[in-house]
Amino acid sequence: MRAERILILDEQAVTREKRTGRSGREIMRKSYLPGPLLVPSCSTFIATGLVAGWTFLYDTTARKTRITGGCGLQGTRSTQSTTVKADVAIIGAGVVGAAIARELARYDLRVVLIEREVEAAFGTSKANSGVVHAGFHSTPGTLKASLCVHGNAMFDDIAAELSVPFRRNGCLMVAMSRDEVGVLREHFEQGRRNGVPGLRLLDADEARKLEPGLAPEVVAALYAPTGGVVCPYQLTFALVENAIANGVTFMAGSPVTSIHLRDGRVMAVETPEAIIETAWVVNAAGLFADRIGAMAGDESFEIRPRKGEEYLLDKRVGSLVRSTVFPVPTPVSKGILVIPTVDGNIMVGPTAEDTRDRLDLTTTRAGFEAVFAAARRMVPSVSPRDIIASFAGLRAACSEDDFIIRPSRVARGLVHVAGIESPGLTAAPAIARMVAEILREEGLEMRARRAFNPVRPAPVRFAHLSRAQQARLVASEPAFGRIVCRCETVTEAEVVDAIRRGARTVDGVKLRTRAGMGRCQGGFCMPRVMRILSRELGIPVKQVTKRGPGSVIAPYPAKALLRAGRAEVGIEAEAEAEAEAEACSANGIGVRAAIKAGTGSPGGAGPGADSKVARGTRVRRADGIETGFQAAPTTGR
Amino acid sequence: MRADVVVIGGGPAGLAAAVAAKQAGAGRVLIIERDVRLGGILPQCIHTGFGVRWFGEELTGPEYAGRFVEQAKSAGVEFMLETMVLEVTPDLRVLAVSPRDGLVVVECGAIVLAMGCRERPRGALAIPGTRPAGIFTAGTAQRLVNIEGVLPGRRAVILGSGDVGLIMARRLTLEGVKVEAVVEIMTYPGGLARNIQQCLRDFDIPLYLGHTVSRIHGRDRLEGVSVAPVDDAWVPITEKEWFIPCDTLLLSVGLIPENELSAACGIELDPATGGPIVTDEMETSVPGIFACGNVVHVHDLVDHVTEDGMVAGAAAAARAAGRAGAGAGTGAVAGAGAGAGDESRRTLGEIRPGLNVRYVVPQRFVQGGERSGGGRILTISLRPSEPAENVVLEVSAAGKVLRRQRKEKVRPSEMLQVNVDRLALPSESGVVVTVSITERKV
Repeated sequence: MRAERILILDEQAVTREKRTGRSGREIMRKSYLPGPLLVPSCSTFIATGLVAGWTFLYDTTARKTRITGGCGLQGTRSTQSTTVKADVAIIGAGVVGAAIARELARYDLRVVLIEREVEAAFGTSKANSGVVHAGFHSTPGTLKASLCVHGNAMFDDIAAELSVPFRRNGCLMVAMSRDEVGVLREHFEQGRRNGVPGLRLLDADEARKLEPGLAPEVVAALYAPTGGVVCPYQLTFALVENAIANGVTFMAGSPVTSIHLRDGRVMAVETPEAIIETAWVVNAAGLFADRIGAMAGDESFEIRPRKGEEYLLDKRVGSLVRSTVFPVPTPVSKGILVIPTVDGNIMVGPTAEDTRDRLDLTTTRAGFEAVFAAARRMVPSVSPRDIIASFAGLRAACSEDDFIIRPSRVARGLVHVAGIESPGLTAAPAIARMVAEILREEGLEMRARRAFNPVRPAPVRFAHLSRAQQARLVASEPAFGRIVCRCETVTEAEVVDAIRRGARTVDGVKLRTRAGMGRCQGGFCMPRVMRILSRELGIPVKQVTKRGPGSVIAPYPAKALLRAGRAEVGIEAEAEAEAEAEACSANGIGVRAAIKAGTGSPGGAGPGADSKVARGTRVRRADGIETGFQAAPTTGR
Repeated sequence: MRADVVVIGGGPAGLAAAVAAKQAGAGRVLIIERDVRLGGILPQCIHTGFGVRWFGEELTGPEYAGRFVEQAKSAGVEFMLETMVLEVTPDLRVLAVSPRDGLVVVECGAIVLAMGCRERPRGALAIPGTRPAGIFTAGTAQRLVNIEGVLPGRRAVILGSGDVGLIMARRLTLEGVKVEAVVEIMTYPGGLARNIQQCLRDFDIPLYLGHTVSRIHGRDRLEGVSVAPVDDAWVPITEKEWFIPCDTLLLSVGLIPENELSAACGIELDPATGGPIVTDEMETSVPGIFACGNVVHVHDLVDHVTEDGMVAGAAAAARAAGRAGAGAGTGAVAGAGAGAGDESRRTLGEIRPGLNVRYVVPQRFVQGGERSGGGRILTISLRPSEPAENVVLEVSAAGKVLRRQRKEKVRPSEMLQVNVDRLALPSESGVVVTVSITERKV
């Protein structure tokens, strides 16, 4: 079975397709999708539709009876806004919004999931530590306490259904002095009242037996066997994919600009491209939840971002600890942890620093020093020498002590899911259930949908297969034989699959496939991934981004001087060169097109141009550009 | 599938090894290359400066590679392109995968590792600040510009003064990019003196020694970097930092030999080079597996890589034909007594870095007699630990000086070579030859 790529066309192209008379039967489940049609393409059928200003084509070869995987709702933007009717609009596709979307997909509802970033999980969820907390940290009686313990218990099923790596490695809170032992006891009691199963207080010997890497200063520990680790963005991607497979519409790259009310009741949500008419809105907007609230006139809470810096260590030292090691907590956070990730690395962090800037993702020298000082106190062999990546994330903390999960008191139909800081990842599945209950109680009619399929097929990880399986796979699909990322052994087929599943950026491919996460950090695979994204999304390489608009990677044409045939590149010449480069990369015959166009020496942007340019370098020095290059004195060594 | 000599990597080292293996009479010689074309990194090195030593003329990278591709083709070397080697085993089997042939196992008479090196990435540097687009290793940027035909930005800063970074400073300047600065944390440049002159000075690009990038600015796309001098512990002195607006940061902070396959195969690596420990025949600790080029240690000049490859290829051909040193490997050092038959008489001496020498290659040499394909001369490559002037390069063994060479100037960025007469080398087993750089006594 050879997978066909998802085609994304602009509206003219669709009109063209329609004119050829290749219309077909409707296959989209949702009646509010205007104009779905089938067009034969080669020997396959492709479904196309217009949703909320997005035009897309779906491939149906691979899955004839149901459409999965293709989060193909991004692509060419239309300038006119489209009206979409929905029963519920969820704002924010972080882990919380994604879990809610998937929960609501269990019911016969038209659900739209709206995300400002170009991909799901690109806000707070991407930088989460990935710890599935046991639940002994939170004060009994709070939402945090009950939803954490309930969410934790749901993880085995969710991880299995969604094929997301999850491991119950246990949480270990260590006391470094006699004084801190009292704090352990308090947490032991607190955990018991919260219903955390299997809690145990360990003396120093027992703790070290469990974790030989602990510092000799550790005098006692609290152990919770239900603690776990999960990959936070893989979980979010999987939730969104499964939601889409069950009929949820995902609109990425769509920041909400306003919320329409009538008589104190929510009527619609507006984005630059669409108006989503809906009576129910779930505000899961994370760092921007208070702004969404304010759009509906509800200013009952305020988001106060708290930054956390994390440092990822090489897999070489991945077995420093087995459980997630916590210090006794500070008043604002659980402290700096030593976390064995599901991927086999060690992560240390996070710091906790209040900030007013909701986009402040800087790491600092102070943060780096704080993290390593704290981590090394508990596990002395943690070393900054092993850092392979460092990053920061923002917790969407708020003005209240507990999670805010409640209907708005100002705008009817609006439900806030805000202030979801730690243990939000753990609680997410339980939060989703609670939100469904709130919607039902508030009057939304919810009938279970029989067709709900909780299973999201696992993406193939070539590197994890046996040699025999690999051989079979390559024989059936040659793209599995083309290794794109050599550090993590990621194949072209996996990158293409990630794009089918919703990746639109280099980071999106990286987070889904691990291409670029290895020891060379993308040095080798980045240009290759850019080329595949360009091909699969039908955009020039220049337009490929790292993580969405503004983060273009290599936006200008090279060899502009040669192309323009001028000594100085003015704006005009540049524009000319760009237009030409686009033409070249579009028709794929770079060099020839450039010569034909008569605009100087060939220096095409397309693949294949390089060798000709390179070999011709000496000849072309005459045209003035490379002259200085050759005239430079050489000292033969 | 079976081949006499399998070469992993079709760059300059691998091409030379394959050509040499054919010349030495090997039957089936196969190069396995992961890219769609041969030449390794050379096709993207469109500048000149290659081949001065080997060909006696100045060529571009693609031209240099082209000559060896021609030679290899006319010699009857076979190629598997777009093929990634997944595993090399000590029993001389290579497992590879390609879209055309699927998963393939090749049984080899001998294997030559020629995987080259990779660039040190930014992550390991943990520079404070944001994570915007616009940060590239120099080689990635070179590929984007020269192969993909796209230009990363308009205003660039280069961190590290390795040769690839210096070449890219010039390349970007020629593309109309303003290269604001090259920033080097050490007090001496990381690249060749000729590149400092031709790529920086000739284009008036400032080089800041003893400085580093102390902070990265910009949310989605790089907007600038802070640059600061560093103290003795290489920590930036932030009071003295200043801001340079730029949309591109290139990293040229070192190259690392690519030895994942070697390590997984159990080949002994030298922590100083990051590459396999090799004999003067370029044989690794696993008998029958040879290595050459940047996978052994990072070279300054491709010409030296070619020389390495020639030695490895000839030795591999001899091994595949059942001649010379079967069962030796570098493991036979200090009378390990391994091996079989007549060949067990073959022992290895050790070569070690002495004063102010960071590493030596080869680390072992075959004692007693001539090596296959070579003469009486043993060439030792080395790099100094620190820059020094008016020094003596000395090769000694068992308290005896074998060779002395005066050097006016040595620096870590420039590889040195010294030749020793094999017949002068002590033949007792377990002998250690030391190479050191000492001040010249006036």
